[in-house]
Amino acid sequence: MQSQLSLYPDQASNFAGSVDSLMTFLTLVSVFFSFAITAAIVFFFFRFHRKKPNEVGVPIYGNMRLEATWIVIPFLLAMVMYGWGAVVFVEYRHPPKDTLDIYVVAKQWMWKAQQPTGLREINELHVPVGRDVKLILASEDVIHDFFVPAFRVKMDVVPGHYNTMWFRPTKVGRYHFFCSQYCGTNHAVMGGWVTVMEPANYAAWLSGSTGAEVDPVAQGEKLFVERACSTCHIGSGLGRAPSLNGLYSAKVLLADGSTVTADEAYIRESILQPNAKIVAGYQPLMPSFQGQLTEEQILALTAYIKSLQSQPVPAKGAGAAPATEKK
Amino acid sequence: MPREHYLKASYGIRSWLLTTDHKRIALLYLASVTFFFFVGGIFATMIRIHLLTPTGYLVTPENYNKLFTMHGVAMIFFFLIPSIPAVLGNFLVPMMIGAKDVAFPRINLLSWYIYITGGCFVLYSFSTGGLDTGWTFYTPLSSVYSNSAVTPAVLGIFINGFSSILTGLNFVVTIHTMRAPGMTWFRLPLFIWAQYATSIIFILGTPVIAITLLLVGLERMFHLGFFNPALGGDPILFQHLFWFYSHPAVYIMILPAMGVVSEIIPTFARKPIFGYSFIAGSSIAIAVIGFLVWAHHMFLTGQSTYSALAFSLLSYLVAIPSAVKVFNWASTLYKGSISYDTPMLYALGFIGLFLIGGLTGLFLACLGLDIHIHDTYFVVAHFHYIMVGGAVMGYVGGLHFWWPKITGKLYPEFLARVAAVILFVGFNLTFFPQFILGYLGMPRRYHNYPPEFQVLNVMSTAGASILALGYLLPMVYLTWSMRYGKVAGPNPWPATGLEWRTDSPPPAENFHVTPEVDWEPYDYGNRPDLGLAAPLAPSPAPAHGDD
Repeated sequence: MQSQLSLYPDQASNFAGSVDSLMTFLTLVSVFFSFAITAAIVFFFFRFHRKKPNEVGVPIYGNMRLEATWIVIPFLLAMVMYGWGAVVFVEYRHPPKDTLDIYVVAKQWMWKAQQPTGLREINELHVPVGRDVKLILASEDVIHDFFVPAFRVKMDVVPGHYNTMWFRPTKVGRYHFFCSQYCGTNHAVMGGWVTVMEPANYAAWLSGSTGAEVDPVAQGEKLFVERACSTCHIGSGLGRAPSLNGLYSAKVLLADGSTVTADEAYIRESILQPNAKIVAGYQPLMPSFQGQLTEEQILALTAYIKSLQSQPVPAKGAGAAPATEKK
Repeated sequence: MPREHYLKASYGIRSWLLTTDHKRIALLYLASVTFFFFVGGIFATMIRIHLLTPTGYLVTPENYNKLFTMHGVAMIFFFLIPSIPAVLGNFLVPMMIGAKDVAFPRINLLSWYIYITGGCFVLYSFSTGGLDTGWTFYTPLSSVYSNSAVTPAVLGIFINGFSSILTGLNFVVTIHTMRAPGMTWFRLPLFIWAQYATSIIFILGTPVIAITLLLVGLERMFHLGFFNPALGGDPILFQHLFWFYSHPAVYIMILPAMGVVSEIIPTFARKPIFGYSFIAGSSIAIAVIGFLVWAHHMFLTGQSTYSALAFSLLSYLVAIPSAVKVFNWASTLYKGSISYDTPMLYALGFIGLFLIGGLTGLFLACLGLDIHIHDTYFVVAHFHYIMVGGAVMGYVGGLHFWWPKITGKLYPEFLARVAAVILFVGFNLTFFPQFILGYLGMPRRYHNYPPEFQVLNVMSTAGASILALGYLLPMVYLTWSMRYGKVAGPNPWPATGLEWRTDSPPPAENFHVTPEVDWEPYDYGNRPDLGLAAPLAPSPAPAHGDD
């Protein structure tokens, strides 16, 4: 796929070009300074070599103009590097709207991915070319890191947190992904392949695959009833807990007067630590599900709650209705 | 050789184990850090041999993980951090300021015993199950999931921390209160400024790592939920606490090496250092700003974007004082009287390697670029350029520079120059390919790797065999010279510092009479006592007698 002595990996995502440009800029600046300083040192070393054993150098104690110069110029260059790097990073940390969301669960020492249709893969990830893809990352045990060199993207996968990362594949092919955060014995073999496909091939793969397919929404709905979530979270908004209809991506008014956007991390936190953020108008009644659900079950519940986005949102009134508004 | 000196002041094992002479304590440290350097070096050798083939050549995955962990723990906590401060610092701080000893000689001995106790705990961990958490001890891997001997290791590092704290305290008090008459702050050798800055980090930073690793031990032993999310803890909190010390710890390693280089360059260029106050001030600036950059190790943990933006900015700021030092060192060579003596080769080698290490730090501080190179071999190459290319070159260069003072003997000069060149070449061959490996996407801490990475790994291992020779040679000829070397005399280079105004080796009380200082640092033009020619174009030295 790549020759053995290339200096950079395949460029296969929207970030590859911008990261490589940064790399080129920083390398050029560094090479310039390394060569300039090394050349000066080597030149002085031979030009001012001691000729007589008792010779001393010319005393020169310093020069304020020179000091100012070599403070200001490196500072300005550093600020250019900082600003340029910040622009790329901010773009990376803010996924666009309307992404293809894939859930990825890491555990010692394998990766499980679940497509929006529910199709599951292990140590493989199939994505369509040209589509914005967002990965929602969860860990069952220790900290891992999802790293695709050809995409120039990585993100830590932290137990107890959701992290997200996004990219837009730009080139069809198969690319390595690695675990890049040391995670124990088989860290080095905890990797696999990202397959970037033409959208038509991707659709055919999704429908034609014989892989294990469990609809996460259906699984989440089942859990929602089994774990008795449904006794309080009633769709009409008349239960002891807020209705979850239309919750996902809405702004939620909290008891302390602040608002929070109901993203995956908020939903997860509300399941595991319900008292961390209390919705305005409700009592802190919900028990914690910390330790009682696997990461995959939490993902399934989240997928189900996301699917309620299309359900009718009950009207506000009398404190019983959820204090939500559509973004 | 002088008739009386500190090595002959008393004899027998008790005279060493119960000594309060800072020079003898320095030698106790020299022996013990050399031991840990050997231990860490053997692990490093096995790592490089293992990585010759994509599927791993030598050991099982478990054992590979233990090798790189134990390599890191031995080298960082028991070699690099104590090397220059506890060996050269202990020997030189009192001598350079004209004092008889450090402020608290018994505490100085105590800190060596604490170091040895901590070291025993760590060796116990290594020999009973080993350690496989990585030297970074990231939770919850270290506190819950690892099956290796984590508890004795974190206790050992906890204990060892007090050794650093006491050494730092001793140096700060010594430098403040025990300077000889006339030794004002701006007449201090730059090595003392660097030791002072390092001591501040020792005192302020070490307690944080000590307590953090103790918390890991408590979580492991008693299931207290500090970092384990299943117990309501936060694994990211560990990283904040860990790096709050461990980033400044990098400056603990590099600042004293910069101090050594700032001594060597004016000595072998025979002229005052260019921009004394900028080099001194930049040491303090690095120590202070260095405390405010820790979260640049955590850009991709999911921390807030604003936090990442702030820590990236601060990381760029800490690079400026380092750049200032490099420019001043290079300028000092201008119109000097430069010799090719071994310490100078090490000092110039230091500048070259530190340049590459420092500049690649800019790559990692760059948010957009860090997305790709974080946790890859690029990072491994970068910090080895700083810690080995920088700190170890400084340490070995300093050992050569002060060896005649410490032992009273000269080492074989030609062999030493050859070794310095071998070290420089071997180092670059070992670690430069790793920058490319990292950019190609090879993650750190991999016991096997895709075959396309093999060529660069083989190059790195080949370089490491040259590097090993570069370390073994000085160990052999320095040891040889203790018995067979030529007698050095009080000031062989000659150099301007107070430590060169007494015998080699010095008497137990350092100076026969309390020295008085009436000259500026590195002021070759105004030192007729050195027996050198007058400078061609004398210019008046800035006077610092009154401040």
